[in-house]
Amino acid sequence: MAKTEPAPRERVDWWQGSTMTLLLLILISFILYPILRVLWVSLSEDRGGLTLVHFANFYRRPLFREALVNTLWSGSLVVFFSALMAVPLAYVIARYEFRGKLLLQTAATLPLVIPPFVGAVALQLILGRSGMVNLLLMRWFDTNIPFMEGLSGVVLVQTLHYFPFIMLNTAVSLSNIDASMEEMAENLGAHGLRLFRLITLPLMLPGFIAGSLLTFIRAIDDLGTPLMLNYKNLLAPQAYLRITTIGIHDVDGYVVCVVLVALSLTTLLAARKYLSLAEYATTHRGMPISRPLRGNKLALVLILSSVILGISLLPHLGILLLSFSKVWSFSLLPTVYTLDNYADILLRAPHFVLNTLLYTLLAAGFDVLLGAAIAFLLLRSRLRGRNLLDAIATIPLAIPGVVLAVGFLRVFHGWNFPVVDAPLTSTWFILVIAYTMRRLPYTVRASYAALQQVHVTLEEAAQNLGANRLKTFLKITLPMITGGLVAGGLIAFVTSCVELSATIMLVPRIEMGPISYGIYIYMQSALGRGAGAALGVVTILLVSAGTYLTHRIFGGRAGNAFRV
Amino acid sequence: MKREIWILSIFFFLFSASVLFAKDVVIVTSFPKELFENYKKAFEAKTPGVKVVINSKQTNAGVTYLRETRARPEADIFWVSAPDAFQTLKTDGLLEKYAPPKEIMSKIPAKIGNFPIHDPDGTFFGFAVSGYGLMWNKNYLQAHRLPSPKEWTDLVNPRYFGHTVISAPSRSGTTHLTIEVILQAYGWEKGWALLLNSGANMGTITERSFGVPEGVITGQYGIGVVIDFFGLSAIASGQPVEVAYPSLTSVVPASVAIVKGGPNPENARTFVNYLLSEPGQTLLFSPEIGRLPVVPDLYAKGPKDYPNPFTMKLGGVDFNNKLSSDRRDVVNSLFDHIITFRHRELKEAWQSIYRADDAIAKGKGSPEARSLVAEAKKLASQVPINDKRAVDKEVSGAFKSKSGLKAQLETEWENFARGNYAKAKEHADRALSLAR
Repeated sequence: MAKTEPAPRERVDWWQGSTMTLLLLILISFILYPILRVLWVSLSEDRGGLTLVHFANFYRRPLFREALVNTLWSGSLVVFFSALMAVPLAYVIARYEFRGKLLLQTAATLPLVIPPFVGAVALQLILGRSGMVNLLLMRWFDTNIPFMEGLSGVVLVQTLHYFPFIMLNTAVSLSNIDASMEEMAENLGAHGLRLFRLITLPLMLPGFIAGSLLTFIRAIDDLGTPLMLNYKNLLAPQAYLRITTIGIHDVDGYVVCVVLVALSLTTLLAARKYLSLAEYATTHRGMPISRPLRGNKLALVLILSSVILGISLLPHLGILLLSFSKVWSFSLLPTVYTLDNYADILLRAPHFVLNTLLYTLLAAGFDVLLGAAIAFLLLRSRLRGRNLLDAIATIPLAIPGVVLAVGFLRVFHGWNFPVVDAPLTSTWFILVIAYTMRRLPYTVRASYAALQQVHVTLEEAAQNLGANRLKTFLKITLPMITGGLVAGGLIAFVTSCVELSATIMLVPRIEMGPISYGIYIYMQSALGRGAGAALGVVTILLVSAGTYLTHRIFGGRAGNAFRV
Repeated sequence: MKREIWILSIFFFLFSASVLFAKDVVIVTSFPKELFENYKKAFEAKTPGVKVVINSKQTNAGVTYLRETRARPEADIFWVSAPDAFQTLKTDGLLEKYAPPKEIMSKIPAKIGNFPIHDPDGTFFGFAVSGYGLMWNKNYLQAHRLPSPKEWTDLVNPRYFGHTVISAPSRSGTTHLTIEVILQAYGWEKGWALLLNSGANMGTITERSFGVPEGVITGQYGIGVVIDFFGLSAIASGQPVEVAYPSLTSVVPASVAIVKGGPNPENARTFVNYLLSEPGQTLLFSPEIGRLPVVPDLYAKGPKDYPNPFTMKLGGVDFNNKLSSDRRDVVNSLFDHIITFRHRELKEAWQSIYRADDAIAKGKGSPEARSLVAEAKKLASQVPINDKRAVDKEVSGAFKSKSGLKAQLETEWENFARGNYAKAKEHADRALSLAR
C-alpha cells in the first residue's frame, strides 16, 4: 500500500484510541487467536511441550515433499497461463471505450466466483473423460484428450478460475498510467513494441505482479479443484484429508497447514513489499488513456475476448444445462429435461437461498463497517499499532478457510457465549463471523482506496467552518467514499455467496446452511444433481448482479479491492 | 466512527440473541437428503410437536464430531451405514444403552447371514441392510464394447484399465466396509493383491462416496464399486445404470444409535422405535431411498423384484466386525499410502505389465520374459505389512496419538510401494522388449 502522510494532530484522540482497541480486540479474537490455536498443535508434543519434530517429519516424508514441489510448480504454471489470458483482456478494458464494455468486465470477473461442486460437475460434463468435447472427439476422430486429469487438469481449471485476479489488477495499473507519459515517449520517437517495452510495461508491472502473487496464493490454497479432480498429492488436499479423516489426533495435517500458511504469507509479504516500493512510480496521476474503438478493430477485440471468456465460462454454461436436466448420462446434451429442480429449491427448500442472503448481506455490512473503520485509522490517525491492525486484517487472504474453521471450532466450541447462552459454533452466527473475517481484506482495500482520494484538507475546511467531527464525517467524508464502500461490500457479498471450505465445517445444522452447503448436500445423490445445479444458477444470478454493480460503481478500478 | 461501532455491537447482540433453540431431536447422519427428508417428514407427522433437526456429516467427520463434543453432546442420534463406526463409538463409551419395545424387536431376526443385526449389548440397532456391489453405466459399456462385471475378481480384467472407479476407504465408511469384505473373503495377502491390481485399473479414486455413483451416472467412468442403494436409487430416478452383488459379499446392517448424554433422550428413543416399526421400515421401499428393511415379513408387501437379502444366496463371508473395527485406521491409511497417493506409479506399473502380457500372448514369449512379468506382478501385488502386525496394539494405537510411529510406518509403506512399483515397471518393460 502506498505511504500517505497522516494529517498532523496535536493531541491523541481518545475516541480513535478506543475504536482502535475495539477493532484490535475483534480482529485478535476472530482472526489471530483461532489461527494461532491451530498452529500451536503442530508445534507441541503430546504432553504440551514445544517441539519441532513434526516439521522434521514433514521433510522426511517423500509424499509431503512431492506435495510441496507439486504445489509450487502448479501454482507457478497457473500464474503463467493466467497471465496469457488476462493481460490482453486487461489491456482492452483499460485502454478502449466501446459498447458492451461493462458486460465484458462483468463476464470477465464471473469465473472468480463460480459456485462450488456444481461448477466441477458441470465442467466434467463438458471437458471430462466422457464430456461433450471428448464425446465429439471420439465420434469424429476416435480420440480423446484428458483435459481434466492429474496435475495438468488442476492447472487448467485453476487458470480458468483465477485469471481475473491478474486481469483486474493489471487493468487498475494500466488505467492509472498518465496519458502524457506515453505521449512524451511517442514524441521522442518510441512506437509500438518499443513504447510498450520501455514505458507501458514497467508502469503496468505493479498491478500485474500484485495480481500474479494473489493468483499464486489462491491457487496453492485452493481445495475445491484438486478434490473435484481427485488429485491428492498437493498440500491443501493433504491437510484437508488428514484433518477431516483422522481428526485432531493427526498432527501431520496441521503441519501441512502451517507450511501452506507460511508459503502464502511469504508471498503476500513479498507482494506488499514490492508494491510499496513500486507505487511511487505512479504517484503522479494524470488523465488515463481510453480510446474509442470502432470497426474492424472492435470486431477483433470482441472475437478475442469472446474466445477467452467462452472458455472460462464453460462451467457456468454446464450448470445452466444441468439445472434443467433430469437425465444426462454419456451424451452430448441432457436427454430428459425438467423444471422440477427449480420447484424443489424455490418451494420445498427455500431456506438455502434465504440463509445465503441473510448471512452474506450481514457479513458484507460488517465488512464495510470494519473496513471503513480500519481504513480511516490507517489514513487519518498516527496511533501506534495501526500497522498491526492492517497486518491482521490482511492475514485472511493467506489463510485457507479450513484453517480458520478448525480454529473457530477449537476456540468457540464447548463454552457458552454470553447473551446467546450457547456455544457460538452451534448458532448460524458463526457463519456470518467466518464470512466477515475471510472477506475483510477486500473491504479494507476498497475503503482505503476510496478514502485515499479524499484529501484531508476538505475535512479540515469543513471543521474550520464549524462542523463537528461527526457532521464532517457524515456530510463530507461519507458521501465521497460511499461508492468505494458499496463496491467493497459487494465484493465481500459475491465472494461469500460461494464460500465453501469454512462453511462445510461450520454449518451447525442443515436448516441453517447457505446455498453453498445446500449444493454440497444435493450433490450427494443422483436425484439431487439437477437441484444442486439450479441452486448454482441462483448463485450465478446473485453473483452476476453484485459483480455488475461493482463494475458500474468502481469502473476500471474494480481491481482495487482485489489487491494485496 | 464510534457510532458505527456501537451500531455494529448492538446488531451483533440482537442477532445472537435471536438464535433461540427449540431442541427436539438432533440427528447426525451421513445419509443422502432423500432419505433423511422422507423420515423427517414422516416422523414429524407421526409425533406432533417434535421437530427433527438434521446435522449432515460424512461418517468419519461424524465420529470426529461426537468425540470433539463429548463434554457437551449436542446430538441425540447417530445414524449412518458403517457398522464399525458404531463399534468405534461404543468402545469410546459415547453411545447410550437402550432396549426397544418387545413387539418391535420380535419381528427382526437376530442375524442376517452371520452378521448380528443389532449390537448384542444394545447400544446400536440395525434398521436397514445394505449389500456391497458393483454398478455400471450401460451406455458407457456399450460404447466402449466392455462386458459387464459380476465378481470382485473381474475388476482386475486388463480391459477395464482406466474404466473403473472407487472411493478412498479413508473418506467413505461404506467403501471401507467393501474393502474389509474383500480382505476377509480372500484373506489378507490375496485380498491386497486383488485390491492393488484392481486399484491400478481404477480411472480415479474419489474423495467422496458419492463421487463413485456420480462418475458412473454421468458416464465419466464405466464401473463403480458402491453400496447397493446408490445404484438402486439411481435406477429409480431413470439413469441408465445396473447393479450386481458379487457372490462373495456380505450384507451389512446400516444402524442407528442414541448418543450418550444427548439433550433429548426421550425423543431419541421415540425416533429409534419409529425407525424399527412397520411404518418406518416400509418407507425404505420408496424408490428414491431404495434400501432393504430388516423385517423379513415386509418384503411380501414390497415392490416387485425387490432384492430380498433374507432369501438371497450369500457367499459365506463371515464378516468379523471387531476385526474390521480394530484395524480400521491401519487399513485406511495403508490403502491411501500404497494406492491412493501412489496411484500414478501403480497405474504405470500395471500398464507395463499388461503390455508385456499382451506381447507375450501374441508373440513367442521367451521364458525369460515370462519370468520377468511374473516377478513384476508379484512386486506390484505386495503389501508392506502382514495381518498380525495390522491389529497389533502398538500399530493401531499409533494412529490415535501424536507418536512418531505413525509417521514412520506411513513413510515405510510409501517407500515400499514406490520402490516396488518402479521395479515392477522396469521388469515389465524389459519383458516387453524381450518379447518383441
